[in-house]
Amino acid sequence: MSAPTTTTTPSAPMLEVRDLNAYYGKSHILQGVNISVGAGEVVSLLGRNGVGRSTTIKAIMGEVAPVGTVNFKGRSIVGLPSYKIARLGLGYVPENRDIFPTLTVRQNLALGQKQANVDGRWKLQDMLDRFPNLARRAETAAGVLSGGEKQMLTMCRTLMGDPDLIMIDEPTEGLAPLIVKQVGELISEIAARGLAILLVEQKLSIALDISSRIYVMGHGHVVFEGTPKDLAANADVRREWLEV
Amino acid sequence: MGRASSLPLNLWDGATGNWVVSFGTQHFLIKRRGNVLELVLISTLNGVLYGLLLFLMASGLTLIFSMMGVLNFAHASFYMLGAFVGYQISKWAGFWPGLIFAPLIVGGVGMLVERFGLRNVHKNGHVAELLFTFGLAFVMEELVQIVWGKAPVDYRVPALLDFSAFTIFSTNYPAYKLFMLAISLAIFVGLFAMLTRTRVGLIVQAALTHPNMVAHLGHNVPLIFMLVFGVGAGLAAIAGVIAGPALVTQSTMAGLLGPILFVIVVVGGLGSLSGALVASLLIGLLQTFAISSNVSMADLFSFSGFAPQPNTILNDLWRVSVAQIAPILPYLLLVLMLIFRPTGLMGNRES
Repeated sequence: MSAPTTTTTPSAPMLEVRDLNAYYGKSHILQGVNISVGAGEVVSLLGRNGVGRSTTIKAIMGEVAPVGTVNFKGRSIVGLPSYKIARLGLGYVPENRDIFPTLTVRQNLALGQKQANVDGRWKLQDMLDRFPNLARRAETAAGVLSGGEKQMLTMCRTLMGDPDLIMIDEPTEGLAPLIVKQVGELISEIAARGLAILLVEQKLSIALDISSRIYVMGHGHVVFEGTPKDLAANADVRREWLEV
Repeated sequence: MGRASSLPLNLWDGATGNWVVSFGTQHFLIKRRGNVLELVLISTLNGVLYGLLLFLMASGLTLIFSMMGVLNFAHASFYMLGAFVGYQISKWAGFWPGLIFAPLIVGGVGMLVERFGLRNVHKNGHVAELLFTFGLAFVMEELVQIVWGKAPVDYRVPALLDFSAFTIFSTNYPAYKLFMLAISLAIFVGLFAMLTRTRVGLIVQAALTHPNMVAHLGHNVPLIFMLVFGVGAGLAAIAGVIAGPALVTQSTMAGLLGPILFVIVVVGGLGSLSGALVASLLIGLLQTFAISSNVSMADLFSFSGFAPQPNTILNDLWRVSVAQIAPILPYLLLVLMLIFRPTGLMGNRES
């Protein structure tokens, strides 16, 4: 017997972006972007610099005014203030590692929680146990951390808010190979815990490793959509839109 | 005066309270009225008190600027409004209810201004916001004049505190001034404790530099803006309530103090709370000492034998005392600061 779930739309993705446009002044940056991320799915957004990957994420969060359809968990989030979007369970790790420099590492993590002392899937002590570098500096002002530590802290801080989908913008940019490996491991663990991920990356290897689907962007819209295997097989797309 | 020194030195003669300026074997006497020790003690107390009062206002101004990017021209108007509302409540119910309710009322007004004024104007950019607060200052001054008139109102020190706390030499120091000092200190300590020890304070601190990121973590940043604006207005009102009886409660009091607040915020470094504290005390002490000093160029250089022709502009300038130029000293400091250290004492902003 089939489950009576026909009235709802169980196959609707957690995040659905349709015909998304965005402008910086008169520049038409996003020209009808279509992407979707299902619950628990790991999706990467690839492309060269300046094709609109970061702007796509910013438009989803409302930091850049979005024109088009953005649905999260079945409701439209276009025009919502970003704190309300965050409270719906959409986490955002911006590319500029916006740690709070005057606060300590512990305080930074604590502010990731949407309410004081309400633990979700991620607990403050777990974070410190997992990352000795952060634990050692728990009471230090976060402004003195290294670039890699700041990246870890930003991701951990957003995780403290217990999001269901986390959007991570260029987490490995400018980091040493060893740190890149750690960031990759953390992303894998986020995925293993069942969170959906929308990852903007330059490094093809990480995206190919952990993604279930990949979008490639060029000139403000999606030019390729497929599995990592599809992309690996498609040298034309890689040459035209990814390789430098 | 039997003081001698091989170096040019300023020596204070404790016995007479005079300054003796010695160059080699030449001694020059600068006569003072009163006791210099007394002057220094009283001026220091008054300077710290004035500085802390300024900090009550400058702290809110610098927090609001840092967080919202709005230089609030109407900030001193909340100080004035606090004094008048406190006066009105004191007429009905006495000084003490005024001290409690006037800041709450003015803080509420501040929140309404943010929620229904600034938040709407914000969409049109910073120039619109500046013009909005600029206009608001005029509106508030006019409204206060309509309600309470242009003349100073009779805002009295409460009878409970209307006595002399102690006497240094010949100066009676009013108990009310000590009370002002205590209130300002208590609020300063409370403000720092709140900002560094509570979760709301940490969110405010984070929003000072990264308001967008704070919102992305799910904190209601517009609400925090409104609260900070309200608390800033309330702090200014507390300054108004406690300064009103000691100074003059009049509709011009905002215009008199407003420019000094901007000097403090710039000298301390835009957005720096500790910078605002240091600059407040600096300006407070500078102005208090300046107005009690009647030294002029003529006094300082009397040893040179130089004296300008009488009845010339140079002669007038030569005889201008520090007390006479006291009001422009803060602005002089502002100009020097902008030339030599544009970020302010503790500021770290590039823009």
